[in-house]
Amino acid sequence: MIRSIQDDERIVITGVGLTAPNGDSLSDYRQALLAGRSGVEPYHIRYVGDTLAGVCHYDELRYQSRKDVRRGTRAGSVAIYCAQEAVRDSGIDWEKTDRDQVGVYIGVTEHGNVETENEIYEITQFNYDTKVWSHHHNPRTVANNPAGEVTLNLGITGPHYTIGAACAAGNAGLIQGAQMLMLHECDFAIAGGVSESIRTFGIFAGFASQGALANHADPAKASRPFDRARNGIVVSEGGCLYTLERYSDADRRGAKIYGELVGYSMTSDATDFVLPNPVQQSRCMEQALRRAGLNAEDIDIVSTHATATPSGDVQECAALRQVFGNSKRTHINNTKSFIGHAMGAAGSLELAGNLPSFNDRVCHATINVDELDPECELPGLVLNDPQEIDQPTYILNNSFGMLGINSAVIIKRV
Amino acid sequence: MTQSDIREEVLDILRDIAPDEDLTQLKDNQSFREQMELDSMDFLDIVMELRKRHRIQIPEDDYVNLRSMDSTVAYLEPLMKNIERV
Repeated sequence: MIRSIQDDERIVITGVGLTAPNGDSLSDYRQALLAGRSGVEPYHIRYVGDTLAGVCHYDELRYQSRKDVRRGTRAGSVAIYCAQEAVRDSGIDWEKTDRDQVGVYIGVTEHGNVETENEIYEITQFNYDTKVWSHHHNPRTVANNPAGEVTLNLGITGPHYTIGAACAAGNAGLIQGAQMLMLHECDFAIAGGVSESIRTFGIFAGFASQGALANHADPAKASRPFDRARNGIVVSEGGCLYTLERYSDADRRGAKIYGELVGYSMTSDATDFVLPNPVQQSRCMEQALRRAGLNAEDIDIVSTHATATPSGDVQECAALRQVFGNSKRTHINNTKSFIGHAMGAAGSLELAGNLPSFNDRVCHATINVDELDPECELPGLVLNDPQEIDQPTYILNNSFGMLGINSAVIIKRV
Repeated sequence: MTQSDIREEVLDILRDIAPDEDLTQLKDNQSFREQMELDSMDFLDIVMELRKRHRIQIPEDDYVNLRSMDSTVAYLEPLMKNIERV
């Protein structure tokens, strides 16, 4: 017998707070995605020199003092901005919220590289004298830093930690928050992903050495998943945190609901440090569908992970073809073509950009596809211009990462 | 550096580590903590900045001398008298 899911086991999104290279609120970000507006710009970082990046321009001082910004990390600051915005957006009476019962679960691709590079640079200016190594280094680089800074800023006394999940981290944070609500470890979760990765030269140098760093004379055209002329990743910073609640709680307080997390899956490739595995990627999507009790043709929009590396896009398209190749209803898009790869924030930001489609019935496009790579040919690809679609009910959001980590989440319109 | 130079230098460091504070009304004979929001990490920042800017090493036992502007200047004067103000 299949047990029906009770309202206190259903997990819904009630608030969204974000900063992306092309918008610092969900409405601005969505507007940019529908208008085809990129957030990629020229960028300079020490040792690597001139390159491109997705840079966020949110107001750091909206929720932090200058001293807090100086003491903390960029990832912490991004997380605070997103958490504050999400809590406000949720409409919950924060003053009356029991902060012991609030949990903070933030996905990160990496953390600590920025701060460690800064300290090493500093000691090089002092003949490698470690006496000038900052006492702030340890609190800045502990892996829980971005989540911990959120609890300090918002006075949250429930659990907090980060989830290290490479570029699947945004989805992983969302899944973790949902699971903790299901376990009643908390009553209100702030969950998603953040990234400060553009502040570490190492990530640019590493991708360049791998032959996977994008370059283009026009920054807005540099991130071009599925296009034949794609030449790699545009590294970006950003964040997107959701407030999650059990449906019973959200319904009781009359909260606005962006959608319900009805299915999710995480799997591992167990095949390579960097090369993706389409067999495991498709298994991940199929498992999410099965858990949601859905078929591929029930999904209205698939938000792809594709990062614009020559092989990665082809592999994901093979996985998508396996699962959605026969679906006439499914539309497929990509957000990185606008904002680059926001690393730990990618999963949650890319999902967020699609959530408004439940209301405006538009599937945003994948931009910069001047010549579609035949190996990326898929039914339902929405290219270059947004597309009006029938009332969407389900969005599936993919996020994959190094070491063969795969994630998919399915959000239902409520 | 003169006492006045040292005071200016300490003020400059305080402006860096406590950028939200208004230092124009700082009373030199009162403790920093009574007038500003400073915690132990901030005091370590003062020590660190003096180390970076002027190669001055302050032993932990001497941190107590950084209580107020007057006590800080008095403590630093013999250590900084031969340093040129940049």
